[in-house]
Amino acid sequence: MTWDWHYTGEILPDLLDGLRVTVIATLLGYLIALVLGLVWTLLRRTPSRIVNQTVRWVVEFIRSTPLLVQLFFIFYVLPGWGLTLGALTAGVIGLGLHYSTYTSEVYRAGIADVPRGQWEACTALNLPRRRAWQDVILPQAVRKVVPALGNYLIAMFKDSPMLLAINVVELLGAAYHAGAETLRYLEPITVVGVLFVIVSVLSSIVVRRLEARYATH
Amino acid sequence: MSDVLEAYPQLLRGAWITVQLTVYGSALALALALAFGLAGTSRHVALRALNRVYVEFFRGTATLVLMYWLFYALPLVGFRFTPMAAAVLSLGLNVGAYGAEVVRGALNAVPKAQYEAAIALNFRPWQRLVRVTLPQAVALMLPPFGNLIIELMKGTALVSLITIGDLTFRAQQIRASTGETTATFLVILVMYFVIAQLLQLAVRYAERRVDRMLGRRPVRRDALPRTADASGAGAVKG
Repeated sequence: MTWDWHYTGEILPDLLDGLRVTVIATLLGYLIALVLGLVWTLLRRTPSRIVNQTVRWVVEFIRSTPLLVQLFFIFYVLPGWGLTLGALTAGVIGLGLHYSTYTSEVYRAGIADVPRGQWEACTALNLPRRRAWQDVILPQAVRKVVPALGNYLIAMFKDSPMLLAINVVELLGAAYHAGAETLRYLEPITVVGVLFVIVSVLSSIVVRRLEARYATH
Repeated sequence: MSDVLEAYPQLLRGAWITVQLTVYGSALALALALAFGLAGTSRHVALRALNRVYVEFFRGTATLVLMYWLFYALPLVGFRFTPMAAAVLSLGLNVGAYGAEVVRGALNAVPKAQYEAAIALNFRPWQRLVRVTLPQAVALMLPPFGNLIIELMKGTALVSLITIGDLTFRAQQIRASTGETTATFLVILVMYFVIAQLLQLAVRYAERRVDRMLGRRPVRRDALPRTADASGAGAVKG
């Protein structure tokens, strides 16, 4: 069997549709991961032992179990509890929730990296806790971890094909459907692989730029 | 719940496949990581270029896409893999790329004086590597390797999509036959969690062994942030 360019051109529009879904799912999921990760980090710093130990184990649990199973859980179990989600919504929530456990670790490292003097200065200036976090600690902490956070955007993009398991027609799913119609899987899946490599390599160049700009060490 | 627990022989068989995939995948990833990581620290431009191509390519591909490609696309041009081989290859190639960066970073992080001392003592290149730089680098590699192995173990769930009877695949079967969706998925999530914790214990044990072998005091664990996947190599560089 040889490569058929004509067929490749025919399926390309379907694949681009799939790519759009992939990008949407990744970006929305990333938004959830960024916000929820910070929530986990801040909750882990609360003085209540019950709260921070619970959060610690919940985060550890989510991080060490497969995203695929979590997607199944969200997609198949939550409707039974009266919360019916569309496939894409479930996928976005799954991606966001899973990766929030990674971003949480990144934020934690960033906050630990803020020099003690900054905290002491906040105390000396009598800043309320809220302002200390908002205007002193977090801006410095987040700045330092921008490249690390960028890496997780790429990682998330590469995990997004798993969404096909819960019937989201993203890039790989679109390729699979296109292939199933004609029983020619070679072209669609190869194109998808190439698209993934291109996007990942380009975005890792961007992350390297970010690293240079927000020099972490 | 009891229906699910009664299906435990099926779950155990699935878990056994998951463990096997993790072991084979890690072995392949480790071998690739060492080979390409060493290539990355070589003096020869060609070998370093080889390292870059391998790392950038396989770090850039999604594991599932690679698995689908090996399983659905390649047979059409005459290469036929068993599902198990396709799964192990795609997991190993993918994680091996991250591992190669870890190995390269760790070897570069060994103080230069160690290397110079080995030259001064007239060690051959092989002896320099095996007796001086590599043992010290291994201590730096272990924590990020631990994370990568857990990532790989999580990745094995994908094989259920190419018809291999792993834990996730069995769970789908049990769910279909008993209708106990919540219980089934909860049980396998806990099983995955237990496997991950066991792997972590094993890596920590190995870390203590290596530190003792090198005559170092154990490193405090919280000093090393556990970030995985993309920034797994960062722990070494930082």
